[in-house]
Amino acid sequence: MAAPHPESWIRITPEGLYCEPGDFHIDPALPVPRAIISHGHSDHARPGHGAVLATPETLAIMTARLGEGRAGESQLPLRYHEPLVQKGVRLTLVPAGHVLGSAQVVLEWEGSRLVVSGDYKRQPDPTCAPFEPVPCDVFVTEATFALPVFRHPPAEQEMRRLLESVALFPERAHLVGCYALGKCQRLIAVLRQAGWDRPLYLHGAQASMCALYERFGIGLGDLRPVPRPQKRGETVLPGEIVLAPPSAEASPWARRLADPVTALASGWMRVRQRAKARGVELPLIVSDHADWDHLLATIAEVGAPEVWVTHGREEALIHALAARGVRGRALHLLGRDEDETADDVATPEDSEAAA
Amino acid sequence: MSLPAFAELLERLLFTPGRNAKLALLRRWFATQPDPDRGVGLAAIAGDLAFSTAKPSLVRDLVATRIDPVLLAWSHDYVGDLAETVALIWPEPPARPNRAPPDLSEVVETLELLPRSEIPARLAEWLDVLDPGGRLALIKLVTGGLRVGASGRLARQALAEWSGQPVEEIEEVWHGVPPPYLPLFAWLEGRGPRPDPRDAPVFRSPMLAQPLEAPDLAALDHAAFRAEWKWDGVRVQAAAGPGGRRLWSRTGEDMSGAFPEVLEAMDFHAVVDGELLVIRDGVVAPFADLQQRLNRKVVGPKMLRDYPVGLRLYDLLFEAGEDLRPLPFDARRDRLEAWFARTHPARMDLSPQVAFASVEQLTGLREGARAAGIEGLMLKRGDAPYLAGRPKGLWWKWKRAPLAVDAVLMYAQRGHGKRSSTYSDYTFGLWRADREGGQELVPVGKAYSGYTDQELVWLDRWIRNHTTARFGPVREVEKALVLEVVFDAAQLSSRHKSGVAMRFPRISRLRPDKPAAEADRLETLMAMVESSENNLS
Repeated sequence: MAAPHPESWIRITPEGLYCEPGDFHIDPALPVPRAIISHGHSDHARPGHGAVLATPETLAIMTARLGEGRAGESQLPLRYHEPLVQKGVRLTLVPAGHVLGSAQVVLEWEGSRLVVSGDYKRQPDPTCAPFEPVPCDVFVTEATFALPVFRHPPAEQEMRRLLESVALFPERAHLVGCYALGKCQRLIAVLRQAGWDRPLYLHGAQASMCALYERFGIGLGDLRPVPRPQKRGETVLPGEIVLAPPSAEASPWARRLADPVTALASGWMRVRQRAKARGVELPLIVSDHADWDHLLATIAEVGAPEVWVTHGREEALIHALAARGVRGRALHLLGRDEDETADDVATPEDSEAAA
Repeated sequence: MSLPAFAELLERLLFTPGRNAKLALLRRWFATQPDPDRGVGLAAIAGDLAFSTAKPSLVRDLVATRIDPVLLAWSHDYVGDLAETVALIWPEPPARPNRAPPDLSEVVETLELLPRSEIPARLAEWLDVLDPGGRLALIKLVTGGLRVGASGRLARQALAEWSGQPVEEIEEVWHGVPPPYLPLFAWLEGRGPRPDPRDAPVFRSPMLAQPLEAPDLAALDHAAFRAEWKWDGVRVQAAAGPGGRRLWSRTGEDMSGAFPEVLEAMDFHAVVDGELLVIRDGVVAPFADLQQRLNRKVVGPKMLRDYPVGLRLYDLLFEAGEDLRPLPFDARRDRLEAWFARTHPARMDLSPQVAFASVEQLTGLREGARAAGIEGLMLKRGDAPYLAGRPKGLWWKWKRAPLAVDAVLMYAQRGHGKRSSTYSDYTFGLWRADREGGQELVPVGKAYSGYTDQELVWLDRWIRNHTTARFGPVREVEKALVLEVVFDAAQLSSRHKSGVAMRFPRISRLRPDKPAAEADRLETLMAMVESSENNLS
């Protein structure tokens, strides 16, 4: 008997991807009884589920962000590569290379295999395990940067540009806008690799996630809160690097910094008009998503004859896959963030308490 | 030096908001780049490079041979700018060819000499060895239109700061030296003589006026001054002679292409100073009409017919080869009138002198100046030579008293650069009757100046505490704060929802004491719209 096509056992429901024989959802947008969570970003890890299965790192991140008791009534940690069978469905978590704890969800049922990759990247990242391709019948992918204009340069190169700018403007602070989860820690780790061993200064929103990474053994060096000026009108941290959520630049909090050079780390910074429109002075092209070349290379590597696209620029990816003889299908999943520069966490913009 | 260095300069100019920082970048470019590349880069920034062979369509056709057309179209859609799309999407060869990127001068020479049919292949070879920034610089260089927020004027200012020569001197020489400006750089570095522009039309830095404040008026020796109307158009310098014809803005930007009818009328050998105005049957139209003609590369016959432009003359700087600038104003005026009577160029007239016998009479004239096209009065010392820049006490501009309305703050937007964390741009509105018998606010203008630093802090806090909606960098606020807005003129405008546009609106006072319902009505502003009747006499 031929293996059943994944379309017959994985359905799209209003909550999101649902595995019928296993009776669980993957990254559901609404509360469900049983959820498998690929990683801790808020558009994938939502509050209010019954049982939550994820890597130990992801569970810790969810608990830290959503609050004790809101990250699932019960939590089931599952390490990478340790299979678990749920009502006949074999389930394995495999590194996705996106952020700490991020996983692809590999599902096997009656001889057919589907991989939900979650968000992923192929560039090296010292703060998380690298993506591992798993051959499959259906590969479920994101398409955040699925246009051929998106090619991310190495993060090391972009951090060198940041350090060159710091050397060029020693009298100014450098305010780097970045996601609090994943991007921030990756930037810090790459800066450390590049030899920047001075203290790095953090907005309050970034600090707790960095502390969590350190508890999981990711060393980030000397991290400090941004000090308050001693006197009214005084500014602080010339020649230093400050990491903050992207919106912090526009908030009164930023006024304490010495004539800051505003940088923003995002894959969208590849498009100059987009960077310019945001008033970014130093665009840094660093993304935790696969770029166009890596999307196509990954799909070729897993060898799936069929690819389902969750969110992003699905039409371009499906068009390109058709030319390669791969069948593409747009899932139009709701509730996924399109904008990598949007804040992943709410920051009390007008409040000094955020410091 | 090669194209990547130029690419880096463009990148930095684009993303650097401050003028001083841009000047620093340009100074560094002149100091560190060799000839002729620094001159080629300068020409590109100043808009002095043009190639007849390379057009945007050539770049589009080239990339279409390498990229799936559907993906190209979607990408262009997303990015918006064709040059940038091509720079980003260009497929990089698996191994970058082991060739050095081209020099700027090599690019320019090749484009000038190579037959048109061979250009695409050469362009592709260059694109293959460049990174995205270099590709963008190359495409922008080839197709023109850098748009990096640096003008020719800014570049010449940077040249002045870098070399220590006054910018006026550089302006005079500038238009007589073609790119890559080798004699100019030789002179600025003390290696050669000052280039002699000879017959070529060159821009002379204009003489500018200082604003007349109350103490200046009190101290004014009125008998020494001559009065003229201050026309509300664009101040220009027109130079014509055997070497050609040019029309420049007061910052030295070449406007010749946008006003062919004026150029055609410049059938003389002289340099004149005047005001560009839209004039219909001798009547000056509001500034908004002239705006239709500005910043256009091509002017169609309809534009020429609907917005006829003329030149109202203020001064004569050169007659034939003779430099009149050292002469006193009165002598120049006599020469101007005599010259005008003789040559009578089409589309030009003289800005009349306004007679007055006392400061009181002058004050009355200024207060009565309400016609469209008049911004106020100009006062010029009769014995003053024509001096570049803004010399003290020789020329005064005395703008008419501003108009004012009490408007309600509707939206606020964050500023740029140092103001990027502050809501400093304000859209305000006035009341009018809506269709359901109630009252609604209609936006009438936007202002981002006039307030003090303290008022700015207060406004920023008020806006953050009274926000009702957010759209990107814009906040909508409770319609509760009254601002006193002053402006120079109100003009009918079909482009504004309210049907009226303000000229130079700025915030003069915050009126938190005044209830929003008591702010002015749109009709009040409408009544301030001036007729285009020219009631000068």
